Amino acid sequence: MSKNQILGFLKKNTMIIVLIIVVAFFSWRTGGAILLPMNVSNLISQNAYVFVLATGMLLCILTGGNIDLSVGSVVCFVGAVGAILMVNLNVPIWIAIIVMIIIGTAIGAFQGFWIAFVRIPPFIVTLAGMLVFRGLSNVVLNGLTVSIKDKTFFVNLFGGGADCYVKDFIGNGTLNLTCFFAGLVATALFIMIQVSNRMKRTRKNYEVEMFGAFIAKLVAISAVIVVFSYKLAQHKGIPTVLIWVLVVVLVYGYITSNTTVGRYFYAVGGNEKATKLSGINTNKVYFLAYTNMGFLAALAGMITIARLTSAQPTYGQNYEMDAIGSCFIGGASAYGGIGTVPGVIVGAVLMGVINLGMSLMGVDANMQKVVKGIVLLAAVIFDVVSKRGGKMIVKN
Amino acid sequence: MASEYKLELRGVSKSFPGVKALDNVQLSIRPGTVHALMGENGAGKSTLMKCLFGIYKMDAGEVLIDGQKVIINNPDEAMKMGIAMVHQELQPIPARSVGENMYLGRFPVKKIGPIQVIDHKTMYEETEKWLNEVDMHFDPKAMLSTLSIGQMQSVEIAKAVSHDAKVIIFDEPTSSLSDNEVETLFKIMEKLRSRGVAMIYISHKMDEIKRIADDITIMRDGTYIGTWPAAEMSMDDIIAKMVGRELTNIYPPKDREFGEVIMEVDGLSSIHARSFQNVSFKLRKGEILGFGGLVGAQRTELMEGIFGIRNISKGEIKIHGKKVDIKTSRDAMKAGIGMITEDRRARGIFGCLSIKDNVGVSVYNKFLQAGFVLDHARINKVVDDSINKLRIKTPNMQEHIANLSGGNQQKVIISRWLANDPDILIMDEPTRGIDIGAKHEIYEIMTDLAKQGKAIIMISSEMPELLGMSDRVIVMCNGKKTGEIDNEADMTQEKVMSYATQFN
Repeated sequence: MSKNQILGFLKKNTMIIVLIIVVAFFSWRTGGAILLPMNVSNLISQNAYVFVLATGMLLCILTGGNIDLSVGSVVCFVGAVGAILMVNLNVPIWIAIIVMIIIGTAIGAFQGFWIAFVRIPPFIVTLAGMLVFRGLSNVVLNGLTVSIKDKTFFVNLFGGGADCYVKDFIGNGTLNLTCFFAGLVATALFIMIQVSNRMKRTRKNYEVEMFGAFIAKLVAISAVIVVFSYKLAQHKGIPTVLIWVLVVVLVYGYITSNTTVGRYFYAVGGNEKATKLSGINTNKVYFLAYTNMGFLAALAGMITIARLTSAQPTYGQNYEMDAIGSCFIGGASAYGGIGTVPGVIVGAVLMGVINLGMSLMGVDANMQKVVKGIVLLAAVIFDVVSKRGGKMIVKN
Repeated sequence: MASEYKLELRGVSKSFPGVKALDNVQLSIRPGTVHALMGENGAGKSTLMKCLFGIYKMDAGEVLIDGQKVIINNPDEAMKMGIAMVHQELQPIPARSVGENMYLGRFPVKKIGPIQVIDHKTMYEETEKWLNEVDMHFDPKAMLSTLSIGQMQSVEIAKAVSHDAKVIIFDEPTSSLSDNEVETLFKIMEKLRSRGVAMIYISHKMDEIKRIADDITIMRDGTYIGTWPAAEMSMDDIIAKMVGRELTNIYPPKDREFGEVIMEVDGLSSIHARSFQNVSFKLRKGEILGFGGLVGAQRTELMEGIFGIRNISKGEIKIHGKKVDIKTSRDAMKAGIGMITEDRRARGIFGCLSIKDNVGVSVYNKFLQAGFVLDHARINKVVDDSINKLRIKTPNMQEHIANLSGGNQQKVIISRWLANDPDILIMDEPTRGIDIGAKHEIYEIMTDLAKQGKAIIMISSEMPELLGMSDRVIVMCNGKKTGEIDNEADMTQEKVMSYATQFN
């Protein structure tokens, strides 16, 4: 490998490399505790809402660095309405779920309307939304906590409570075989897709990465999936919430790279004027980004109340910051047009690992915030400076 | 001994990558005179002024003020030496007051105890004084955005006077002024002249030059042609000196067959009175129709009107003999029109995206499986084909477009529109900022397209390109169509230039 190829490889996979280093660091500092099956499982359950919200936030950011500050409040409001429906009004669970999704999407569409068609800056609209829906959550809940502990079906479905794991159909011992087999199947699928892609590219004489690097990448990622599923199997199996996360990640990963609408998000963020001149209705693209954010906030709302088995007016605080942070750490550009769903997931996992690792080390919660802030700043500085060709200070 | 000249430029040369913008140019301005600097688009007038003003660093040459050699590194130093510029496009801060705009960067201050604060009272008093100096009487506290363009210009001039400027550069100051405002400007200039200020006046408007200028310096293709007293030069003399160049033949032969009329534009007018008005023309299949004119002739605006991104007050467009109603760029594309914009960087490319995305963006909805999933195999084929056909130099289609040269970026944008298969392709300054080799390739692509029966509209501000490529030339001036040249023998630079300067 030439020097340029190595540099290119490092640049392309920076955050993955950082993630590996961070995991190694915490396994050393916590005496391996971070790799215990229970902690690996918790990493998923605790951060599920971040994965979901960050995916939605990515679409907003892609349109030009626009963010949505209201998601934390919307998560709380949707959860609050759902809890009231299920507990106080005794509405059937399926209906409650549908209502929650409709409310979340409608909120997104409402904010999207002002942003896309009236062109009020997103920062203002969503700041207003943040205040409005936080306030309304308090009103709906009357300032109280509503417990949904006895709505076990709902709680288990969205990854909360003690029994929130996919049932083990095969094994009956200590190891959850369903989980482990699912991991093996996923690995096999992954290898098949990668190999077939590579063969297609070679046949058409497109550029492919070096054979050695390709194999190394395959082996490394397969190993991670197998080990990961083994760890989960050692704990209690696949958390139901992981299914939701996987669905969101796969569906949105596919949408952003393989559908017209998906590519339009990149186009609008890349150059809005040129997009308009290409005959694309850019208003609709903005509208869609924010409507979709509302939809995913509703899903995150359900995940949140399920995990905490209650609704409270304070839930969802700072969720928007977790989502935004994950996007930028995961390589999304603050100017729009650049960023991928897998990248954002790596960003979210990195944030999650740092959180979990520091908690296990017993670092004070306030210091955790300091570290997270520094990581976010460093990631964006790295991104901006490396794009400028390594020049740190801009000439006046 | 004091020099006869207030300001002298000697032997100024300046190169940009691939172009020699200025080659050994000179300019001498006497105090108390208006010196017209003339030349076609791209003759190097603005570049020369930017060199003088320290915005560009000249490769060779010297500047003398009152016979003394000086070195100017930036606009700030230029202003300190008494040189001021009234920009072609004014750059004020609309949401701040007249006074703040005048004193931006040098606010008068006063001390309250140990802290320095802005002395608003002095600032507004001074502003009023300077405005009176140029015979302008309006409220120095008015927001700049409430003023007319002419008034904003007066503020700029007052600012120059307040700097005690001895040399003031006017870069096409009348291009957006009404007749009354032009009169006012000339009165101010007379006054400055009597105070001994040396003025450089860049304009294409012959009648203005004849009225106000004392001397004329003419430039062409970055070289100095000569300086004459304005009284001795007729309009025809000036035009002849401005265009007198041999046409070099880098253009493919014009041996095309034209088909039927594909588009008819009839009396198209913008909703803005100062933009294009009452323009009519016909476009035939297989034809390259050139649009000539000076910068500001509203050619781009006209094309944007046709393409549906500027509002039309009246007039109609017929395509294949049928009236079409184009309200958005999408309507235009449906009607079979494509447009390659003049400002490639700002309105053409997606800098952070790949070549594939740049080509694909306008056609993604034509290459779908199951109604919404992109058919990457077919898209890749289209992109691959255009890379081969237009000879785009790139390692692969995943390369970011920002990494390509200007010529190759332009080819990518042409591919984007060809993927849409339009019947009519509008190309606004298709070879701007492109080196000579790539230019030639673009010309060949255009000729090929015309031979395939596409109708091409080309806006070009480069005279040789306009005459070398077009089968027919329409010339515009100030939003109006002032001439049409449809036989090869009449296609001369002089003719185009005289149509292009038919103001009123």
